[in-house]
Amino acid sequence: MPPIDGPAGRGSTGPGDETGRWLTARSGDGPAREQALARLHELLLRVAHAELNRRAGRHPITGPELDDLANQAADDALLVITAKLGQFRGESRFTTWAYKFVVLEVSSKLGRHFWRRPAVALDALDWDQLPDRFGMSPADHAERNDLVTALRTAIAEELTDRQRQVFTALVIQGIPLDALVVRLGGSRNAIYKTMFDARRKLRAALVANGYLACPARQAKLDPHDARRS
Amino acid sequence: MTAKDELDRFLHTDPRDVGCDQALRILHVYVELVLDDESGAEAARRYPGVAAHLLSCGPCAEDYEGLLLAAREIGM
Repeated sequence: MPPIDGPAGRGSTGPGDETGRWLTARSGDGPAREQALARLHELLLRVAHAELNRRAGRHPITGPELDDLANQAADDALLVITAKLGQFRGESRFTTWAYKFVVLEVSSKLGRHFWRRPAVALDALDWDQLPDRFGMSPADHAERNDLVTALRTAIAEELTDRQRQVFTALVIQGIPLDALVVRLGGSRNAIYKTMFDARRKLRAALVANGYLACPARQAKLDPHDARRS
Repeated sequence: MTAKDELDRFLHTDPRDVGCDQALRILHVYVELVLDDESGAEAARRYPGVAAHLLSCGPCAEDYEGLLLAAREIGM
């Protein structure tokens, strides 16, 4: 994947007054620092609650368990922020930078929580789920069956064992990516990269076998839809 | 949209996609650019690789939405 692009955001403007106050308070000692950390924890806790509530339809956690998870996310984010304080470069408000870590903690904790559900075995595959994963309508019965057969063949023949494992876990079983990170180890980036490569290989195979249009030809046919080409 | 279109959209990969690590490293900057220009055009212009990644990665897009909401609603 290419290196990150673009200039360094708001670096030229430097931290605003409010950010400067945060940093001054946090880099000192004594009661002022303690008050600043307590205030930051309070904000992180609000963000954690807001984030868990925003994702309410996608996890089963409620009540005291949700409060506990929010507290854990805020506690762990505060530790990370304290450790990384020297890396804050004033490219954004301090709080926006800090909130990122509590949002990431929420994602990570929800990934761990996923495995508390009734057993989900990585090798239990229901290929009948595949059409639904892509929103394929039963009305397209013939096309749907052809595509699913071609895709299954490509999955079996084109992917490495690791790519096949990740693809089937994410797509066939619907396991969230952050939960798969917990089970397989590694990082979100590593799993995503594996999936990225798998998607690219599968698309190339389906294009080569005439099931999908080749990118150059499709661009000529549909010049206004660059993302699809 | 046909079954073929749906599958094609899912399998599409953007070579500009920078991946999760790099997108998350700059996410706070990206979010503030979106707060300044809600259309997201300026953020996407400055960081096309991050924009491409957020279109393709569900977990990072989820974190982006959460951080955007927190920065907008909770702020300081």
